[in-house]
Amino acid sequence: MAKIIDETPRPTAKDRITKTVNDVQGSQVWTSIFRPGSIFRKGYTDSPRNRSYVVMNSVLYHLHPVKVKRHAVKVSYTLCLGGLSFFLFILLTVTGIFLMFFYRPTDVAAWNDISNLQTSVTFGLLVRNMHRWGAHLMVLSVFLHMARVFYHGAYKSPREFNWVIGVVLLMLTLLLSFTGYLLPWDQLALWAVTVGTNMMGYTPVFGTQVRFVLLGGKEIGSETLLRWYVLHVLLLPFVIVIFMAIHFWRVRKDGGISGPL
Amino acid sequence: MTEIPEHLLKRAQAAREKAAADVPSEVPAAAAASEPAADPRIPAHLLERSKAAKSKASGESSGAVALQEKVASVVAAAPTGGGLPVGAGPGGHTQRLLTVIKSGSIQDVKATPVDKVHTWPHLLAAEFVAALACTAFTFFFSIFVNAPLLQLANINRTPNPSKAPWYFLGLQELLTMFHPMVAGVTIPGVGMIILIFAPFIDKNPSNKPEDRKFAISIMTVHIMFWAVLVIIGSFFRGPGFNFVLPWRDGLFFDL
Repeated sequence: MAKIIDETPRPTAKDRITKTVNDVQGSQVWTSIFRPGSIFRKGYTDSPRNRSYVVMNSVLYHLHPVKVKRHAVKVSYTLCLGGLSFFLFILLTVTGIFLMFFYRPTDVAAWNDISNLQTSVTFGLLVRNMHRWGAHLMVLSVFLHMARVFYHGAYKSPREFNWVIGVVLLMLTLLLSFTGYLLPWDQLALWAVTVGTNMMGYTPVFGTQVRFVLLGGKEIGSETLLRWYVLHVLLLPFVIVIFMAIHFWRVRKDGGISGPL
Repeated sequence: MTEIPEHLLKRAQAAREKAAADVPSEVPAAAAASEPAADPRIPAHLLERSKAAKSKASGESSGAVALQEKVASVVAAAPTGGGLPVGAGPGGHTQRLLTVIKSGSIQDVKATPVDKVHTWPHLLAAEFVAALACTAFTFFFSIFVNAPLLQLANINRTPNPSKAPWYFLGLQELLTMFHPMVAGVTIPGVGMIILIFAPFIDKNPSNKPEDRKFAISIMTVHIMFWAVLVIIGSFFRGPGFNFVLPWRDGLFFDL
């Protein structure tokens, strides 16, 4: 009886995995998802060309230029403060969306919702804490970013206008934090906001009107809560995102990060 | 290694042969032309021309005549069809160096080349680590420290003291010293306007700390002033917003 002898050795498990990975990475679906320069692409190598592609072909990374000045990547120069402010904003958006699922902005429901969130919702307390501490951290990091930019003289020509936008962003950050302060509807929130809005009431000429519009009435109540809720979760984030877009765009257009001292 | 095309190899070979053939004939000529200082970088025909000009200048005192002659020779050189033009140099060249334009006078040449690195991985890696550290810090801080949730809001029960959020406590502190309109509107308003217009007020073009002593000191004074107000408002104010010592009377502060 003839015996068929196959000289080629049987493929090992490793060979099969390599072949499968190659087939998947070579497929049309895969290459259509991952643009050139992606580390998930077939045959990715660490070349200057691919390093450029990584930045150019990613919707997230292309905020950056392909190359940056060497002194700019020193953490000791920027302390990452601008980037961290932006990152904290994203963190606050994510945690804030989570909180919105469990919160109703009315004077009868708000406090109970927060209380239930802390006691009966999985990770509710943790996410609320992260939102709260992240907010304080963001106010701090935006302020420190401003101080850093000032001390480096980075607001000078041609970056004057970006500094102006930056100050607007600082004010918007404070407003976002302040509007969020009222939402738990506890004694701390109510009276902190009372003190704050009383101060605004002293604006000359139209102080009373300003206060009325902000509070939705003569005194803080359910209308104020709804108003500040909409400001906090919709209007101010919308405005701040527009200003952030201009801010980041101007960083690139004004010649990137400022020069060394 | 990539293969060099055949015709390029041939051309290079031809050029090498030509150079080898030219050298012996040119060397004596150059040696004869350069008696005092034979700079090998200056072509022989230029040296010859300058020598001729020198001898001409020493022979005739009027430069204008020489110039006229030169112009005439150049003009005359143009129409001659065959053979060497009249105004041609020793090598038969008709072109002349009119002027040297230094790089930078017309083109925008960067005096100091900027040292750049790729964003990936140099910057993105640092940003990733920073974001991770920030998340980790917020996460662990949130595990151990809870956000305050006091009793349900009650418009009829004013807590003592009632304090604004910490970043407004500087203003509230000012409220103890000035009229509410000054403390709550004028001072922060003027401060914000000055801050916005800072780049237009500060005309000093330098960003070096040693050139910006005034700007830096005035900013530092204001930041310190503000920080001190916030710290006093946060930790040193108790019931009735009176001055207290936190280590003696306790803390009246919620974040």
